[in-house]
Amino acid sequence: MKKIATRDAYGKALVELGKQHQDVVVLDADLSKSTKTADFAREFPERFINAGIAEQNMVGMAAGLASAGKTVYASTFAIFATGRAFEVVRNSVAYSNMNVKLCASHAGITVGEDGGSHQSVEDIALMRSMPNMTVVVPADGVSAAQAVFAIYDIKGPAYLRLGRPAVPVIYQENSPFKIGQANRLRRGKDAAIIACGIMVGKALEAAQQLAQEGIEVAVVDMHTIKPLDEAIIIELARETGAILTVEEHSIIGGLGSAVCETVCAQYPVPVIRMGINDSFGQSGGPDELLQYYGLTVEKIVNNVRDLMRKK
Amino acid sequence: MKHIDQQQIQRLQEQARKVRRQIIAMLGEAGSGHTGGSLGAADIVTALYFWEMDIEPQRPDWEERDRFVLSKGHAAPLLYAVLAERGYFPTEYLQTLRKLGSPLQGHPDRSKLAGVDATTGSLGQGISWAVGMALAGKMDHKDYRVYSLLGDGELEEGMVWEAAMAAAHYRLDNLVAFIDFNGLQIDGPVAEVMSPLPIPAKFAAFGWEVLQIDGNDMRQILEALNCARVVKGRPTAIIARTVKGKGCSFIENKVEWHGVAPKGEEIARALAELDM
Ligand SMILES: Cc1ncc(C[n+]2csc(CCOP(=O)(O)OP(=O)(O)O)c2C)c(N)n1
Ligand SMILES: [Mg+2]
Repeated sequence: MKKIATRDAYGKALVELGKQHQDVVVLDADLSKSTKTADFAREFPERFINAGIAEQNMVGMAAGLASAGKTVYASTFAIFATGRAFEVVRNSVAYSNMNVKLCASHAGITVGEDGGSHQSVEDIALMRSMPNMTVVVPADGVSAAQAVFAIYDIKGPAYLRLGRPAVPVIYQENSPFKIGQANRLRRGKDAAIIACGIMVGKALEAAQQLAQEGIEVAVVDMHTIKPLDEAIIIELARETGAILTVEEHSIIGGLGSAVCETVCAQYPVPVIRMGINDSFGQSGGPDELLQYYGLTVEKIVNNVRDLMRKK
Repeated sequence: MKHIDQQQIQRLQEQARKVRRQIIAMLGEAGSGHTGGSLGAADIVTALYFWEMDIEPQRPDWEERDRFVLSKGHAAPLLYAVLAERGYFPTEYLQTLRKLGSPLQGHPDRSKLAGVDATTGSLGQGISWAVGMALAGKMDHKDYRVYSLLGDGELEEGMVWEAAMAAAHYRLDNLVAFIDFNGLQIDGPVAEVMSPLPIPAKFAAFGWEVLQIDGNDMRQILEALNCARVVKGRPTAIIARTVKGKGCSFIENKVEWHGVAPKGEEIARALAELDM
């Protein structure tokens, strides 16, 4: 199976976007080799600005550039983009509705060895709580590249969550990708798995295993956390009567919370949220950490079984 | 004022060399981590823990102890090597760096490892923490001193200057900040990426006592620490010119050695160079 990191796909797509649109300006905060904006910097040095190790200023400058007509893609690690610069994102970007795309790499625990200080497990919660902000969490390299173009068309703030390790490619180059419209990857009536980011691939694997036991689960890639595709959530609740959410993020405030908000208010069914269980990350290999925090195919399978007992 | 003699300097240089060997071995075993910035500042942190600071490794929580904040937290291997060599924990721990379950996290975590005074890793935050510790010392009329080490790239964080302002405002003469002036950050030389220069004039303008030294020269480090002890009414910044990667010729001054660990042949070569 082909593997590519979503940050690598981002770097390449950004160069293409830059070729198509002269108004695209890219900012980074001394991490361009890691976030992959270095590709754009090489191609268009006059449209690349290194803010240095100063994330708040980077986001503030992004807002200023956007107010002068630029479409700004600003990158650093997710922890610094959404954490360090939070209130600048909130006031200068979201509140003022500026055309800034915060494209953050190294999200989640798969940052690995750098440890808990660098592993952002709260960023989806932070970004989705803000009015005007579109939040996109692509599952693979193909959809990450599509998202780079899709958020260009929004003409407003967006957050794109990218990861460090190479992850399996699950989409074809021409698969449809539309902001706010979840992708239904598998049909099933026994339960539904709603996943985002790197957990989509694992959800699909789990569904295949369950199918061998005669359990048919629907799998949906909720790549846009905001605006949330509520229609598909209600549809799944009605069709399957039980939903499992899976994300590489805290179970507080992310995809799981968003799904629960919709389910509770509109079509109550049992939900199990899988994610980081209200704890910080730590050093370790990316796969070891996924194992440690229970973000595995095996755990998804077990949770689907538990969930079906709750129906 | 502490007496400085040639024998002591040689002892400390020897100790710094051991620390560098530990850094290489530890990073080699971990397979990832920050090599350049750990090696370059080895003389400074060795001088602090083996000469300057009033500490008791058997009592890492001793209230009267001097404190150290590694504001450039990515140099964690350096801090761990020094703490182990100083007897805070067995040197065998060093082999667990960055591994699942280890107290030696990728960046220093005070809740996981006794001896680490401040949890750091997000640049700019450590110096504020150090200011807070120094403030507490003043409040409680304790005479412990607080030391911190910052990167020159780290100076690009606005928070550093907020901390610098507060330290001068509250006349924190119990605070000493080393600036590891190696001229490099991740994306290139600091002067090209986002210049924090001139560094001495900035700290002076913020109201700090400013000293400029060669940060790989043990005698100059000790003399600067002695000078800082007699400064009254303001904090001291020691701008220490260093060579990033100091001690391993193929790592020295190479921007690409910021965040990678030595492997195979490189480990052997680095250890051989540090053996002389
Ligand atoms: C707030 C924050 N932004 C970005 C980083 C990522 N980062 C780690 S080290 C580093 C470069 C540091 O350069 P410098 O301070 O000069 O350190 P040194 O050269 O001594 O290694 C960066 C950008 C970080 N750790 N924290
Ligand atoms: Mg530096």
